[in-house]
Amino acid sequence: MSTENNDTKNNEPKNSEVDQYSGVETTGHEWDGIKELNNPMPRWWVYTLIVCCIWAFAYQIYYPSWPLINSYYEGMGGKTQREVVKAELEMIAEDRSVFADKIQTTDLATINSDPNLTEYALAGGKAAFGDNCAPCHGTGAAGFIGYPNLNDDVWIWGGSLDEIHYTINYGIRGVHEDTRINDMPAFLRDELLSRQEIDDLTTYVQSLSDSSIQSTPAVHEMFIDNCASCHGEDGKGLREFGSPDLTDAISLYVTDRDSIVDIISYSRGGVMPTWNGRLDEATIKSLAIYVHTLGGGE
Amino acid sequence: MTFQNNPPTVSKLAQSLVIACMGIGIIFAILVAAKTTSGAMQFHAFIFMTALTTGIIAIINLSGRIEDEAPVKSPSGVFYNNNIIKYGVIASAFWGIVGFLVGDILAWQLAFPVLNFDLPWTNFGRLRPLHTSAVVFAFGGNVLIATSFYVVQRTGKARLAGEIAPWFVFWGYQLFIVLAATGYLLGVTQAKEYAEPEWYVDIWLTIVWVTYLLVFIGTLWRRREPHIYVANWFYLAFIVTVALLHLVNNATIPVSFVEPKSYTIFAGVQDALTQWWYAHNAVGFFLTAGFLGIMYYFVPKRAERPVYSYRLSIVHFWSIIFLYIWAGPHHLHYTALPDWAQTLGMTFSIMLWMPSWGGMINGLMTLSGAWDKLRTDPVLKMLVVSVAFYGMSTFEGPLMSIKAVNGLSHYTDWTVGHVHSGALGWVAYVSFGALYCLTPWLWNRKGLYSLKLVNIHFWVSTVGILLYICAMWVSGIMQGLMWRAYTDLGFLEYSFVETVAAMQPYFIIRAVGGLLFIIGGLVMCYNLWRTILGHSADEKAPENIDNAIAAQALGE
Amino acid sequence: MKLLDKHSILEKNPIILLIGIVLMISVGGLVEIVPLFYLENTIEKVEGMRPYTPLELAGRSIYMREGCSNCHSQMIRSTRDEVERYGHYSLAAESMYDHPQLWGSKRNGPDLARVGNKYSDEWHREHLIKPSSVVPETIMPGYPFLAEADLKFSKIDIDLKVNQMIGVPYSDEQVTNAVADLKAQLDEDSDDYDAFIERYPSAQVRDFDGNPDEITELDALIAYLQMLGTLVDFSLYNETENNR
Ligand code: HEC
Ligand code: HEC
Ligand code: HEC
Ligand code: HEM
Ligand code: HEM
Ligand SMILES: [Ca+2]
Ligand SMILES: [Ca+2]
Ligand SMILES: [Cu+2]
Repeated sequence: MSTENNDTKNNEPKNSEVDQYSGVETTGHEWDGIKELNNPMPRWWVYTLIVCCIWAFAYQIYYPSWPLINSYYEGMGGKTQREVVKAELEMIAEDRSVFADKIQTTDLATINSDPNLTEYALAGGKAAFGDNCAPCHGTGAAGFIGYPNLNDDVWIWGGSLDEIHYTINYGIRGVHEDTRINDMPAFLRDELLSRQEIDDLTTYVQSLSDSSIQSTPAVHEMFIDNCASCHGEDGKGLREFGSPDLTDAISLYVTDRDSIVDIISYSRGGVMPTWNGRLDEATIKSLAIYVHTLGGGE
Repeated sequence: MTFQNNPPTVSKLAQSLVIACMGIGIIFAILVAAKTTSGAMQFHAFIFMTALTTGIIAIINLSGRIEDEAPVKSPSGVFYNNNIIKYGVIASAFWGIVGFLVGDILAWQLAFPVLNFDLPWTNFGRLRPLHTSAVVFAFGGNVLIATSFYVVQRTGKARLAGEIAPWFVFWGYQLFIVLAATGYLLGVTQAKEYAEPEWYVDIWLTIVWVTYLLVFIGTLWRRREPHIYVANWFYLAFIVTVALLHLVNNATIPVSFVEPKSYTIFAGVQDALTQWWYAHNAVGFFLTAGFLGIMYYFVPKRAERPVYSYRLSIVHFWSIIFLYIWAGPHHLHYTALPDWAQTLGMTFSIMLWMPSWGGMINGLMTLSGAWDKLRTDPVLKMLVVSVAFYGMSTFEGPLMSIKAVNGLSHYTDWTVGHVHSGALGWVAYVSFGALYCLTPWLWNRKGLYSLKLVNIHFWVSTVGILLYICAMWVSGIMQGLMWRAYTDLGFLEYSFVETVAAMQPYFIIRAVGGLLFIIGGLVMCYNLWRTILGHSADEKAPENIDNAIAAQALGE
Repeated sequence: MKLLDKHSILEKNPIILLIGIVLMISVGGLVEIVPLFYLENTIEKVEGMRPYTPLELAGRSIYMREGCSNCHSQMIRSTRDEVERYGHYSLAAESMYDHPQLWGSKRNGPDLARVGNKYSDEWHREHLIKPSSVVPETIMPGYPFLAEADLKFSKIDIDLKVNQMIGVPYSDEQVTNAVADLKAQLDEDSDDYDAFIERYPSAQVRDFDGNPDEITELDALIAYLQMLGTLVDFSLYNETENNR
């Protein structure tokens, strides 16, 4: 690529000149005052381009690259990313198997009494909690309105390791056939009670946790008739049905009057998803141990 | 071709044909407005009717205007169409500010989500395409149309082909922008990045764009220089490739001719590759080839030096356009696109590195012998820095195309940092340089109102760019690393929301950088405005190079 | 150099230059895109994929309209961290009925390819109306207007028809019953329930927006979100066979 002949352009007047500053010839064209020098392409540029091309072809030979008629060229190295990630995940599974297999096969109580396993389960549980549970129960597991606080020792469905595990595994009103279900009727929508009756019951519910509020025996009767089957005669709830305690002033929802009226009128039925199938068994067990240690485990 | 020495006239036949077509368009619009169930489409039909009616009136007046105005002949005997470029300069500056402003609103929204105001037309999801389209297509597109019309005339010593056609291109393109932009706000979108406008807006753009291609080729055809200048190769490649990309990627079937909704004919993985074949080459041909055309005219012109190497121009032109097309799959690394296609995308991106740098070398080396001008001419400084940013983003691009690197950068702010080092540093700066050159040349002024203000613009926006891209590099790499961070026991260390919370400081820095960039842009608008008015700040510049070049441009 | 001198032919005739450019830019696109249409291993063989129900399709249009894909990808990459965070990497088969795909290119929010069934309808309701009410750290905008907007669906059959034209395997029956099917998906007790489930096995049927009296845009959007990534049965998926 030297500066040799640029004058072979046939039947064209050659009016190239030498540029004062660089001493390089121009090509002899001019457009609106713009001329072009006849510099060669920089050598380093050409060489780097060639190196890039050689590298590119080498890469294409090693990896799957060119499409063909029925398939594609699979490459000398042969590995596709799907194989790579599969191998990687298998390797990790193997690394983890010491703990994970044990967690998978051991019952929760035993795990909980083995400090090594517990430490491992807590780490795994914490990691899974952030992306799966925190959106509902909060990053600190303190819950939101409608989503229970998992730090306190108030449990709707039970706070033992096995109960928690069951809840996480199958969910509450979830999609699994063994999911926990307990649907409070919507007393107003289903026309079981009148607005006035619900208003009275609300006062009654409030009186259970607030001694400054008074209710009447007639309303107590109404509570026994309609509510006690789930919440118990004393309103302390029934764990086995997942009916919350109404006397503890701790609510899944808000405790102001309107909210209580709302719940009795329309019921809420919050859903806790089923994790079985989405998360593996070791992770679910880890989560159970993690949630159990958060503060309120029984 | 001596006819070019006669003053321009308008063909009565062309005039009546165009008016007839527009009349038909109006009838269509009325039908659509009457039948559609979509408020947005009805609104668009009304805009369309108004625009076409105004267009008809303007075309009827055109012959009168051309005859009355006594067009000015340039010293070399050509009646250049300068008027349209003046419009282009103003439109570019206007859309630039709009686009930057929306960009900065997005930046603040990411830092403080209350700014979404929970309304349909102010939320991030609808505003983001407004920003990308406003900067790339409205700002960038107007700069490209204006400069290409200028450059093709001057380097060919020929008036723009057609009298109505160039105006149709200009106003038709503005109509496209308005339809696209209002469409996004009203929720009319195909949800394909950079190709969001719905089918009817796409059809309109096709008509405008084909006219653009014809005007450009027609002008090249009439040129009076034996050779076609290299800037025009790039413009031509840009125009024709964008036409092709647009047609294929927007292939779609509307649910009805009076409803905006449509379904693209490709699905899934085929659609994904077509989409990124399109979008990557929108970068390659719209934001690169077209703007290289600008560089090839304005840098040598402003530096008053010959282009460095003709041979390099040839080789890098053909290699860049050949290789660019292949690189689309680098937007789909590790996805469900088959590996073979990913390999091609990656390797061709690496090969693309040097061809891209060919443009940078030709730009920068053109300054040899004129480096001292950088001290006195801030406009040249802007042009040169744009070429440097071009070099930087075309180095970063191939780097990010390597699968291992892309594994980290994809989906993160690193991509956004890369985009804006190209978009702000290269696209916007080379455009600013061109606007600063064109304004005094077109309005016959001795020079810009104030070179000092150009300098201020340069420094304010450079600080803005640096804040922007440095913040995005940090936040992008941080985000990528956090997503794949593991604890000692091999569990993911961070939840997604933790990574979101960690970004806020960088979002704020970016938003401040964007604000500085807008301030710079407003300073430019003020400067251009005063230049148009014919004012001069009477600075005691040691040697106002700007004046010298402007004087030369006046006398050709 | 002789070769470069020949270049002046291209430089002197805009039409030849134009043809040269078009030839050069055609190669890459043809070699990369066309094989995706004829190579059989491009789309994996899977069990469970079905076209969207009319309600889901309407929800997808709302997802597109609001520009959710500007913040959320729907493409889990085949890397360890993504598989661990989001689940099995996305397959080409999972978006084969998507006109257009919504893979996305930016994650201001998490990937949504497998968000279906991950949360409750109620959570989605609260989250879409006011994201910070459930995720205080979020930067996602609120979409309260979706709960108030009536869904326009009287012509949803035409949407299915168009999809059928461009290759989505909707049966004629699915097209003609589209409007009824859309309503049926919102009501477990409706008369059309059985016919609907037969047409769309595995579809989730219930009122999604918590307001059974109205069919809102929120109904459609949540129905769409709740099915994302739930169709393919991975217990029947053969990894080695679909490696490419
Ligand atoms: C869609 C929101 C949502 C997600 C995600 C979620 N939960 Fe829940 N969770 C709930 C709701 C609602 C309840 C209360 C249901 C009821 O009893 O009415 C609940 C209840 C529970 C309970 C029982 C509390 C008690 O008092 O008995 C436990 C334990 C629990 N969740 C753990 C978890 C774990 C661990 C995860 C993550 C794997 C998780 N949750 C994810 C919504 C959610
Ligand atoms: C079929 C069982 C059932 C019956 C009958 C029932 N409840 Fe409930 N109740 C529940 C369940 C389960 C919840 C848990 C919250 C939920 O729905 O997510 C609950 C929640 C509540 C709450 C909110 C408690 C909290 O901690 O936030 C109140 C208040 C309440 N019930 C009052 C009543 C009253 C008053 C009646 C009678 C009129 C009644 N319930 C009848 C099952 C029942
Ligand atoms: C400005 C960016 C942004 C936009 C626009 C946006 N989102 Fe989000 N989205 C987020 C962020 C950040 C999160 C994570 C925090 C959270 O859960 O709110 C998220 C989370 C989500 C989640 C929960 C995902 C999970 O697995 O935890 C869903 C579902 C969702 N968004 C749906 C949508 C829909 C539907 C739209 C459009 C109508 C939308 N988003 C628009 C930013 C956005
Ligand atoms: C004031 C100046 C600007 C600001 C503050 C700004 C801000 C932004 C923001 C906040 C985003 C969204 C990023 C995200 O989703 O995380 C964005 C995207 C984008 N902007 Fe800008 N922008 C500016 C100027 C420009 C210019 C001049 C151009 C082009 C010429 C441009 C082109 C783009 C493109 C192409 C994207 C999409 C990137 C992607 O999808 O990865 N921007 N911008
Ligand atoms: C050799 C040149 C270049 C190469 C190889 C290249 C490569 C890349 C790569 C790998 C990505 C990231 C894709 C992803 O992970 O999603 C990207 C994104 C992008 N680049 Fe470049 N780049 C180059 C030059 C440029 C230039 C000069 C610009 C000018 C503005 C630019 C604009 C963009 C835009 C707008 C995106 C964002 C696309 C999106 O996701 O929406 N690139 N580029
Ligand atoms: Ca489009
Ligand atoms: Ca993007
Ligand atoms: Cu690209």
